[in-house]
Amino acid sequence: MKARITITLKPGVLDPQGKAIEGALHALGFGSVDGVRQGKYIEVEVAESDPARASAEIERMCEQLLANTIIENYAYELDAA
Amino acid sequence: MKASVIVFPGSNCDRDAAVVLKSVMGHAPAMVWHGDSELPKSDLIVLPGGFSYGDYLRSGAMAAHSPVMREVVSRARAGTPVLGICNGFQVLTEAGLLPGVLMRNATLRFICKDVLLKVERNDTGFARHYQEGEVVRFPVANKDGSYFADDATLDRLEGENRVAFRYCDASGAVTADANTNGSCRNIAGIYNKTGTVLGLMPHPERLADAALSGTDGTKMFASLVEAIH
Amino acid sequence: MSGAAGAAQKAEAISDELVAEHGISPDEYAVLLKELGREPTITELGIFSVMWSEHCSYKSSRVWLKTLPTTGPHVIFGPGENAGVVDLGDGLAAVFKMESHNHPSYIEPYQGAGTGVGGIMRDVFTMGARPVANMNALRFGAPEHAKTRHLVAGVVSGIGDYGNCMGVPTVGGETNFDARYNENILVNAMCVGLIDANRIFTSAAKGVGLPVVYVGSKTGRDGIHGATMASAEFDEASEEKRPTVQVGDPFTEKLLLEACLELMAEDAIVGIQDMGAAGLTSSSVEMADKGGVGLMLDLDHVPTRETAMTAYEMLLSESQERMLMVLKPGVEPIAERIFTKWELDFAVIGKTTDTGHLVVRHGGEEKADIPLAALAHAAPMYERPWVPKPKQETIAPSDVPAPDSILGALEPLMGSPHLSSRRWIYEQYDHMVMNDTVQRPGGDAAVVRVHGTEKGLAISCDVTPRYCSADPHEGAKQAVAECWRNLTATGAKPLAITDCLNFGNPERPEIMGEFVGAVQGMAEACNALDFPVVSGNVSLYNETNGVGIPPTPAVGGIGLIDNIDDMTGIALKSDGDFLLMLGEQTGHLGQSTYMQVMLDRLEGAPPPVDLNAEQRTGDLVRTLINDGAVLAVHDVSDGGLLVAVAEMALAGGKGVALEAGPDNIPAHAAWFGEDQGRYVVAVSPGKAEAVFRAGADANVPVGALGTIGGDTITLPGEDALPLATLRAAHEAWLPDFMAQG
Repeated sequence: MKARITITLKPGVLDPQGKAIEGALHALGFGSVDGVRQGKYIEVEVAESDPARASAEIERMCEQLLANTIIENYAYELDAA
Repeated sequence: MKASVIVFPGSNCDRDAAVVLKSVMGHAPAMVWHGDSELPKSDLIVLPGGFSYGDYLRSGAMAAHSPVMREVVSRARAGTPVLGICNGFQVLTEAGLLPGVLMRNATLRFICKDVLLKVERNDTGFARHYQEGEVVRFPVANKDGSYFADDATLDRLEGENRVAFRYCDASGAVTADANTNGSCRNIAGIYNKTGTVLGLMPHPERLADAALSGTDGTKMFASLVEAIH
Repeated sequence: MSGAAGAAQKAEAISDELVAEHGISPDEYAVLLKELGREPTITELGIFSVMWSEHCSYKSSRVWLKTLPTTGPHVIFGPGENAGVVDLGDGLAAVFKMESHNHPSYIEPYQGAGTGVGGIMRDVFTMGARPVANMNALRFGAPEHAKTRHLVAGVVSGIGDYGNCMGVPTVGGETNFDARYNENILVNAMCVGLIDANRIFTSAAKGVGLPVVYVGSKTGRDGIHGATMASAEFDEASEEKRPTVQVGDPFTEKLLLEACLELMAEDAIVGIQDMGAAGLTSSSVEMADKGGVGLMLDLDHVPTRETAMTAYEMLLSESQERMLMVLKPGVEPIAERIFTKWELDFAVIGKTTDTGHLVVRHGGEEKADIPLAALAHAAPMYERPWVPKPKQETIAPSDVPAPDSILGALEPLMGSPHLSSRRWIYEQYDHMVMNDTVQRPGGDAAVVRVHGTEKGLAISCDVTPRYCSADPHEGAKQAVAECWRNLTATGAKPLAITDCLNFGNPERPEIMGEFVGAVQGMAEACNALDFPVVSGNVSLYNETNGVGIPPTPAVGGIGLIDNIDDMTGIALKSDGDFLLMLGEQTGHLGQSTYMQVMLDRLEGAPPPVDLNAEQRTGDLVRTLINDGAVLAVHDVSDGGLLVAVAEMALAGGKGVALEAGPDNIPAHAAWFGEDQGRYVVAVSPGKAEAVFRAGADANVPVGALGTIGGDTITLPGEDALPLATLRAAHEAWLPDFMAQG
């Protein structure tokens, strides 16, 4: 299965890169932009067909390595293809 | 005194640390490869600067899970002094030996220059040769050097007197202008609860040689040699 | 048609269009057919196209490059190896080279510049050297140009991220802004390494039946040029649009560096060559040709990161961080253990043969079978027509308008794009890692200590494009002389140079004339100053819509300091010391920064370089430094004398009370003229007399400039200029410019 994992900064954690992107969007004339937060997207292929077991595996990966849960949240979708 | 320098793939200040350790100890430290699960008997463990695993994913994240780190964590918990410099500090936070995290500098750029630091306490094995409140000059060289922790953690660190160094101006004033990377409360380095694990972003080993325009870093290593003997 | 290669791929017709798309002219194709004795396969056409390209064959420049002096008593290897090697004494040698990565950096500045740095470091550690210092010479378009800011930001962070991750200090360089680089920026990267003079590795694959080994990253479709990919067969095979931008992976390169040096400490390598431009093709041809052997490659064993790669793609891929080695027989397990430890790919992909041919197999078929001599020696060589650039008139100082006040002009000059501080750039480079940077960026030359010794290596990159544009011959002379001067100003004995010759389209006689003039000027200066060229690179066709760049022959030099305790920097040290100038002053304002900034024009002949005076003055300065007679030294270059004094004052945080200039030269010409071969030195009052005497003995003019002290720069009859004001102007321009994004 393929897991599509999104890692985002927790609300309240300073995000200088997001702020810079926001500034750049404003400079380009996108006046409606009212906040940018950036994060990471990771695809992981797991040799596991059972969604429950795959989920458990992905969660452990996120907790142990892929996200730093002091500052980051994670979410994922499993894709049977 | 026996010191070990841990070498991760992508470490690049391992030699610099070893040269300074040799100059203060009189003999070379052991260079320990990250893949080793054995760690020689050590009175001091140094996690050097560099870009372990290219700083891919997050600075220090992958190195924190390398085989040797399990042993480093257990030695640290047993009281062996551990010094994490720059990437080594990032590894210590990712490994859970120190709280908080090092984030992208406020400028978003790599910063390499000398900075001034206020020595917050001198009652540890790392700092006994400094004066409390002394202003010292160490270089920084990092892109992810901005120290972040939530307010509760920061309050706890301050309450437990665990801030080691803060970015300051020439008079020792801890100002926003002196905070080159946007660290919370100008924090440049912190201790664990027992004061035996120190992580800091600036490089004491880079100004510990008279030919390199400064020797403020020498005192940290001399302090350690004296404390350990 | 002979050979299995031809038979296997008979179906692929080689049309005239396909030949043209590979950059091979009809005349060149006729030579190809004669050498091969049959029509090439598509794979063979690809191999010829890269080996006979300007980049690999130097077909337009070779005839002129041969005229450069390349030997000397301390030269161990001149041009022809991956990098030049010079002896430093005591069993040590320096390995260095400069290379361009211009076009890739314009297309994708971050990756282009980063992979340029990665490539030049591989050239150095391929020879067995540990890289100890990087430098770069950057030319961007006008600050007003829409793309400039984006390009500066990307190039600087690309260079920084690559070198910083490698743990090799980037110790300096130079940066220019000029509208003629708007569409063609230049990114020239230099690397210097240190090596045991008895353990130098070369690319020659001597010996038959030896294993050919591939190490490093996997091969992808990076860098395969769109134009050469246009054949229908390849479009069908490709599922996605193929990338032509190489992506750098400095982490892998760091592992590759450590793994290569670890293997080199064993007695295992016969020859080694990095896979740079033209990747596997040029590295294998180079190794086989130098070793006088043939080569059989089986591409089925090449580690790939993409599926269904063809032989053509594998041979032409410019994926980064890869090396090709020929090992001694039976040592593969030692090598494999080391590369596995460093988590790198390791594969035996072929062997050396006695056929004299490069034979390539893939999927059980023979894809190429080419006599190596055809690739390496039958490459075209052109004596392209050229016309010399007309000389410009020398402008008299009195014909150049003077400013209202001298110090009033200093501030805008020091705050201009051309002279402002480059701190915003060099603070993004780790210039201290390895703990041997004893002179940081911002001075005349950077100095790195030779690790574990008291010796120092001075390193400097120089060229003044506006001089070269006005007079390529005199400008190239000046580039060599300025580099020699910058090294000398630290107390170093200049040893040798590498060059990076950046020009427009050589098929235009006036551009070829610029190239010829520059090479002749370089040769003249190198000969006179005993400063040979030991490595280098040529980058042509830097032009867009018929507008070429100014001729830019960048020079990277190294010099040796016997004891770093004796070296000098530019920073003024003590109040009460005297400031003196050594060298001849005439007040040459043509092509000066003063004209450019204050009058917004560049006219006239550039300042001439008197190489005899240059040598005399430099030798005297070096003697004075070694004798401890002078405390700070700075050469006089862009902006002239007053700018040199201001830079010394800012570096030391000390003011200067200047005396009035000479009576026989207009004041603005005296202070802002760019006469060559001059140095400003600081001396203690007790030593001044001895310096005047030494000058008289050596036939070098010495003049008193003023006295060090205070926190302003003063000139009789003018308002004092506070250092703080000057510093603010000098430091502001670049960060302010970059913040406007």
